[in-house]
Amino acid sequence: MPASPENQPSFEAAFADLQAVIDQLENTELPLEEALRLYEEGKRLSMLCSSILESAQLRVSALNETNSTATASERD
Amino acid sequence: MVILTRMDAFDFNAALIFSVTSLNNYLRELLETDEVLQDLWVRGEISNFSQPRSGHLYFTLKDSEAQIRCVMWKNSALRLRFSPADGMQVEGHGAMSIYPAQGQVQLYLDALRPAGEGALYQEFLRLKARLEAEGLFDPEHKRPLPSLPRHIGVVTSPTGAALQDILQTLSRRLPILRVTIAPTPVQGAEAPPGIVAALRHLNQLEDLDLIILARGGGSIEDLWAFNDESVARAIYNSRVPVISGVGHETDFTIADFVADLRAPTPTGAAELATSITAQELSLSLRAASDQLDARLNELLSSARQSLALAQAELRRSSPRAFLQNALQRLDETQARLERLGHNQLEARNLRLASSVSRLNALSPQAVLRRGYAIITDQHSGVLISRASQTQPGQELLLRLQDGLIPAQVTAKPTGAE
Repeated sequence: MPASPENQPSFEAAFADLQAVIDQLENTELPLEEALRLYEEGKRLSMLCSSILESAQLRVSALNETNSTATASERD
Repeated sequence: MVILTRMDAFDFNAALIFSVTSLNNYLRELLETDEVLQDLWVRGEISNFSQPRSGHLYFTLKDSEAQIRCVMWKNSALRLRFSPADGMQVEGHGAMSIYPAQGQVQLYLDALRPAGEGALYQEFLRLKARLEAEGLFDPEHKRPLPSLPRHIGVVTSPTGAALQDILQTLSRRLPILRVTIAPTPVQGAEAPPGIVAALRHLNQLEDLDLIILARGGGSIEDLWAFNDESVARAIYNSRVPVISGVGHETDFTIADFVADLRAPTPTGAAELATSITAQELSLSLRAASDQLDARLNELLSSARQSLALAQAELRRSSPRAFLQNALQRLDETQARLERLGHNQLEARNLRLASSVSRLNALSPQAVLRRGYAIITDQHSGVLISRASQTQPGQELLLRLQDGLIPAQVTAKPTGAE
């Protein structure tokens, strides 16, 4: 199978990371430097999510109808 | 005239003579009060079918021996799930009555189905009752659907419109999805084992979040695979939640009852599968990004404020300020000191001057100059200020303003007291 879509972090993972970063940022005890680092990370994740969403195309594959194994016959 | 007279006589003598209208009314009353004739199913073949603009259906039901006129009013005809045609074997439900204008006894149908459907339907009801009793429809068994699925399986015909509808809907609503199609016939004898196998294969995909089991619209016979027991059990046993989307608005199939969620159409199933759309994700992304910005601004402004406070604090406690304060205090003290020193000096000078003049006034010399003498004992130097201090023979020293005179006491002093 082509590796490209698998290497890219999934939208869900990136979005979960983004939520985690926001949660961390809500912590008031955070040193400013750490907060700035988290902010940068959050912005990066947010842009990553956006670009995944915007460039997303339904990835459709089909199981082989006659084959009884569950291997994908096609993947794009 | 004679005839008329005879007719009149006949009319007159008869016990009961119906007009045609009253005859038809009487017939109608008979028909419409008969329980059997008012609620009956009839099986037969359609002939002379016609559907004029009014939308009502007119046809004859016949078998090899007989026929009867049938009417189906438009409101019932609209509910038909198939198109009746000449030669079709059907079962109709309705009530007998008479059309007085033509004296036509006919069956007024309110339901019509292809023949054999009734038996199928009974079978459907039996299976449904059995599976329901077994708990296959229990709400507790329904699994929650993932709010944001990543990988969806689709069990349907690879050539049907249902598949295109589903793919289009998924692509429009949530294009980050992965979709795996498990193609299977959805109609005919191969359909049930095909669907069961498709469900089994999809369940072997570990990351699959959801399965859509779908078929486009069709007659109830077309959908029969979705009333198959093995299909029902395969849905029930599916590890992955199943949404059914069998294209039939009015009827529920067994598959619909067992599925975790039921949609009326394949498109509806794809919509239910994507309860959160990419558009909504974009919105929450923007919200998250705004939240990030707001939080950063908050942190920065709070940091700025703390910094301003600390700087003010620092200025207050800096060595320079301390030094300046100390210098100022020193200056003030010195000035005060100078002021005080000056005053003190003045006062002392004044006091000194007055003391000197007083001293001068009190000086024995001044007294001596006025003619007094100071007498002391020549030997002890003790000042003699009283006569009683002397005795004859005692040597004294008289101090006058310009010198000393030695002297001797010659007699006992005489008291003046």
